[in-house]
This record gives sequence, structure tokens and C-alpha cells, in this order.
Amino acid sequence: MTAQSMGQSPPTPDRSERARQATHVALAVTCLVDLFRPRVGFAAVTLLEAAGCAVSVPDGQTCCGQPAQNAGRAADAADLARRAMALYGGFDAVVVPSGSCAGTMRRHYAGFFPAGSEERAAAQDLARRTYELSEFLALRGAAVRARFDGRVTLHDSCSCRRDMGLHGEPRQMLAGVAGLELCEIADGEECCGFGGTFAVKNPDVSLNMAGSKLDAAEATQAGAVVAADLGCLLHLAGAARRQGRPLRFFHIAEVLAGQTCDAGTGIGEDGGDD
Amino acid sequence: MTEAPTAALGAAPGPLRQRQPHPDAQAPLAFGAHAREALANANLQRALHHVKEGFQDKRLAAMDRLPEFDALRDAARDIKDHVLAHLDIYLERFATAVEARGGHVHWARDAAEARAMVLDICRRENARTVTKGKSMVAEEIGLNPFLEENGIEPVETDLGEYIVQLRGETPSHIIAPAIHVVKEEIADAFRREHEGLAPERDLTDRRALLDEARVVLRRRYFQADVGITGANFLVAETGSGVIVTNEGNGDMTRTLPRVHVALATIEKIVPTLDDLAVLLRVLARSATGQDFSTYTTVYTGARRPDDPDGPEAFHVVLLDNGRSALLGGELREVLRCIRCGACMNHCPVYQRVGGHAYGWVYPGPIGAIMTPALTAIATSHPLPNASTLCGRCEEVCPVRIPLPKLLRYWRTEAAAAGLPPLAERLGLTLWAWLARRPALYRLAVRQIARRLKARAGDRGALRRLPLMGGWAGHWLQGRDLPAPQGRSFMDQWRAQKKGTRL
Repeated sequence: MTAQSMGQSPPTPDRSERARQATHVALAVTCLVDLFRPRVGFAAVTLLEAAGCAVSVPDGQTCCGQPAQNAGRAADAADLARRAMALYGGFDAVVVPSGSCAGTMRRHYAGFFPAGSEERAAAQDLARRTYELSEFLALRGAAVRARFDGRVTLHDSCSCRRDMGLHGEPRQMLAGVAGLELCEIADGEECCGFGGTFAVKNPDVSLNMAGSKLDAAEATQAGAVVAADLGCLLHLAGAARRQGRPLRFFHIAEVLAGQTCDAGTGIGEDGGDD
Repeated sequence: MTEAPTAALGAAPGPLRQRQPHPDAQAPLAFGAHAREALANANLQRALHHVKEGFQDKRLAAMDRLPEFDALRDAARDIKDHVLAHLDIYLERFATAVEARGGHVHWARDAAEARAMVLDICRRENARTVTKGKSMVAEEIGLNPFLEENGIEPVETDLGEYIVQLRGETPSHIIAPAIHVVKEEIADAFRREHEGLAPERDLTDRRALLDEARVVLRRRYFQADVGITGANFLVAETGSGVIVTNEGNGDMTRTLPRVHVALATIEKIVPTLDDLAVLLRVLARSATGQDFSTYTTVYTGARRPDDPDGPEAFHVVLLDNGRSALLGGELREVLRCIRCGACMNHCPVYQRVGGHAYGWVYPGPIGAIMTPALTAIATSHPLPNASTLCGRCEEVCPVRIPLPKLLRYWRTEAAAAGLPPLAERLGLTLWAWLARRPALYRLAVRQIARRLKARAGDRGALRRLPLMGGWAGHWLQGRDLPAPQGRSFMDQWRAQKKGTRL
């Protein structure tokens, strides 16, 4: 399925052009990566630097505000959006290792502010410069120098697929990983059941959805599930771990940066990282 | 529009079957508890399996046959938006056209008025039995129990709706009311309710069930004094109503009794027959994946002198019931809905819990938006939260209703009214306070990372936490929590940067 057939606009030349020409890039590391999986952040830095970008990690970043938005806390969400708009103001591009956080910044911030306001304009400006990591690398034509031996399935998060309209971009990047065999999951357009606070507000349904997704992942015979969103991955890895399923879980940045080969433990695996 | 139930085997009805919540109910809808029951109901789970092949795959195939489908969706959206912007004009035009053809228009502000109007018409006809074509509006106003209380017997003629009526239930889907019922449960209901049904009669397959229902319903059509149908659309230029079915029951309900009452809400108006054609093209494809429904009936006025058949009198009850209040507000787009059911057919939550878990007339994503609008957010706030906001509903909506946006709208209203549980409100307030203060936020993240990591040790995930209540408990109920790797990214990054500077 293409982005167009899903009702999304294809990447404009402007967006690709901007990605290719960006030199000074901000990494919005995301609150989940910051807390749970710093390695994803470092992988993102490595990938961006290898793609010729000067990477900054603005110090004041905390969270994009999506949990507030989805909980209906409009004032909190708008405040956190204002902070992000100020923090990422001067960069050629803002790259996020998450379709969900990138989607919030790109697709939702503008709606937090009244039409015609300066803040709406600033949000739209940030939206134009915001990219999900694999999208940015793909648009930039970044080379992949990683190896991963084995079958992998890619879980498209709903925010990557629908908010961001991404489909080919992460696949294009994974296709460059030596030894990696990508197999498509059945019903790939179906949500994994994470949904932010949905996972804890409706745990029974959420876990049932995780079960379906994990069944579909196992049916591909892939040993590992890769995704661009740590939220989905924590949810799926946690459920797989509890159910004793042997699947491994990696963020796409880890795979693209070649951090999965040697000492790399998957999400939720034993091994005592760091 | 209807679809014969396609469900497979099963036995005892689940705990959800008698639920018939009333819009005025005071207690919040217990979606979580209903969902848990639904997931544990083996029959329901088996029945719901048909949603995918019955609806999703067929819709996809129908779309593939029509390259201009997306353009048609835009056109359908534009027609609905145009009507909603000029609703007063088109309603008047419709009423004038109905009256010009000898029909009667009744304007009902709310459910009580609509019920009273229908009863009044029935009483004037001395009606004892009314047949009903499928109508979600009749469900919305609680028409069947009201007619029964007043000594009039309503008989549902849509097969799914008939099954649901025999079982004492409400529809669990807007176009497939009995989607939650498996075949054996239908046979049980027929054996229980159909007088004179021979015990040895085989009711094991769909054909046999259909034949049995047909024999009983045929008789009922001829007994009825009044026929009540809904309307998929009302055409302003001609004063016509339109019903779309796959069983033809709507035609029989309309044509055979002396009086036809059409029950419809005000947003069902379309300006012209040409507009109708556009909407019909997206409706059937989105609903059942058919290019066109089996029966599409355009009914206009009462029987004219040279008509071979038709009702002697024709009434339209036009119901507002809160819709005009939505016209100028942020929920306006919900009035575009043409009730195809695609949002529920593609909702991963609906697919798992079925329609009854939503606790009111309209289930699924559209129901989670309509229910608070037509009842009260104070009692229905769990519904807008019964979604991962995955966006698939919006992706398939034939009139491009931005359902996730509207679900968020209700979450915002609920939060502003202080409806979420106290622990959630306090937790999110603290979190939002910290997220505005990066230094304190880092400190908090550092503590959480350190503690979780220490607790996990060499294990990569946590199975238990000291505080198992609330959200932590809900996460851990069936999932481990992958442990933080160690120090947070921001801490490590800052340390590295200091190192390089030195």
C-alpha cells in the first residue's frame, strides 16, 4: 500500500530536499528512549553523523507532550509544544527516533494553537522540519553499513503508518542491512494494542491485541521484531517475555547502526546491559 | 442495510445479552468490565472472527475494483458538508416535497416526542402489530419497549434484528445487528420462540435458518397495520426516503401495511437524487464490500391512485435528539456519518469486544463519539478512551470523519470536567509539572532508571513492582516491563560532552 492510497500526501519534494540539505540537526531523543533504551539515542546520533549531519541534543528536552494530548490535557500539551518549538527553533531538521513523537510534532502541534496565530505558524514551521529517523535517513539517501544475520519483521506503528504516512522509508533502510531478510507481517495495518495510556486503561484488550500481533510475528518465522517506536516495542517485548515467546525486539536505529550483532541484547532480554 | 449473520457454532449466551442501557442511566458505562467479559466469551469471540473476512476483506476488494473510490469519498464528504451548512433550507425543502405528495412530516425534538408521535399514528390506525425495517434511530429512541408498554407488538423484519429481538437483546452492530450471535444460538432462539416448530426440524445450516425465519416473517408482514422503517437517506428535491437492505424486508415493511412511518434523523438529508447516487456508491462498498446493496428502495409519498401497491398513508418523523446542537460545534463532522459501519469493522477494539461492550446504541469508534454527544460525557467518558487512536477508522471512513480527532475532543472535555480517576489526574499533573522543568525531570528520570535497573539486576525485564496498583499493576497484569538499560540517555550524553570538552 502506498502513502497515497491511505489518504496521506506523499513526501513533497520540499521535504526530501530539506532532508538532503540539512547540516545542523537536532535529535529529539524522546522520553521513552531517554529512560528505557539510551542505546537507541546513541545509535541515532551515530547514524545521523554518518549521514553527514552535525548533531545536537538540545538540553532542555523532556517529552513532546503526546501523553497530555491524548489524555485530553490541552493546556499541558500546548505548553510542552511551546517548549519544543523554542528548543528546536534554529535547526535545519529535527529528527526523532519515534513515529509517534514525530507525528505529534508534525501533525498535531499546529492544531494546539489558534489559526492565524504566531504560535500556529511556529508549529507549522517545526512540522516542516520534523522527521522520523528512518524517514530522514531514507530521504537523505544515507548509506547503511550494518549487518544483521537473520529474518526480521518490521512492525509499522500506527503513528508511522498513518500520522506520518511512512511505509517504504523504513523498509528501504532495512534493505541495506547485510544479512537481514525482511518478511512482512500479516495484517500489518492492525494496531499492536499499545496506544499509550490505552495499554494501562484497557489492559485486557491491549494484551489481547499484543497476542494477535505476536502470533502474526511468529508466523513470519522471523526471529526478531523491529519497529521505529519504543512504546510498541516495550509493550510487545513485555508481553512476549511474559508469555515465554522466543522473539527478540529491536529499535530500527539499533539495527541500522549495527548495534545488534555482538553484545546487543534485545529489548526486555536478560543480559545486564551497561 | 443488513447482512445475514454468518457466525458459526456455539452454546449458552454470554453475560452481555440482556444489556439494554438507557440514555438517562446515571452510572458511567463500565467499558472495561464489559470488555473483559466479552474477551472471555468464547461464542462471541468466534462470532467476531467473521468481521475480518466478512467486512474488511470484502471492502478492500470492492475498493480495488473502483480506482476512483478516494475521489468519490471526497465528493461524498463535500455533499454532506454542504448539506450540514444549509440544513435548515434542505429540511424545509424536504418537508415541502413530502407534503406536496400527500405525506405528513412530524418534527420531533427528542426521543420522547418521536415515540409519542409514532404511538399516536399507530393508535389512530388502531394498530395492534407493526412491522419494522431495520432502524438504529428506533433503537436510539427505545421504540420497541415503548410500543410494547402501550399494547402494540413490534416485529423486527431484518433477520439480524429479528434474532436480536427474539433473544431480548439490542443490536451489537449498526448494519449487522446479530454479528455477535453464532448459528446454534439462532437455532435455540427459533426453537424457543417459534410456536409449532417441529423438534425434529433440522436447523443446523444457514439455509434452514433463513427458511424458518422467512416462513414466520411472511405471516407477520400481512398481519401488520403499520410498517416502520428507517431511512438511509432523505432526498430533499423529491421528498423521498431511501432504504438500503440485502433482504428486501424494508420493501415489505413499507409496502404491505396500510400506513408507512419513516423514522429518520435530520442529518440524513441529501439535496438531490444525483447526490444520493454518489453516497450510495461509497455506502455499500464501505459497509459490506458490495458494489451495490441487493435492494435500494426510494420511497416517495403514499400510494397514488394508479399505483399497484403501497401504503395508504405516509408519515415521516424527523428527529433532532441533540443533533442540531452539534451543527455549530467541534463535533459537526460526526453528522457526516452515513452509518456504513466501516469504522467498527476496522477497529481492533470493536473486533475484540463487540458492540454490546460499548453499552449504548451506537458502538465502535463512531459510537464512542456519538454516545457522549447524545447522552452525557459524565457517564460515557470510558468510551473515548476505548481506543488506541490507531487511526484506522479515519482511514476507512467513506465521508472522511476525523474520528481520532473527535475522540480526543471528548477526552479533552472529560479531563476539563475532572472525570478521569483521581490517581490519573494527579499522576498526569505531576508528570506535566516535571516535564516543564528539565532539571527536576532529569532528577526524576535518574531515580526511576536507577531503581528499576537495580530491581531488575541482570534480568532485562521486571515482572513485579512494589506498587502493583493502578497503571503499574495494569501494565504488569500480562506484560513484563522491560528494564531501563542503566543511566538515562541525557545523563550519558551530558557526561560524554563534558568528557570531550575537557
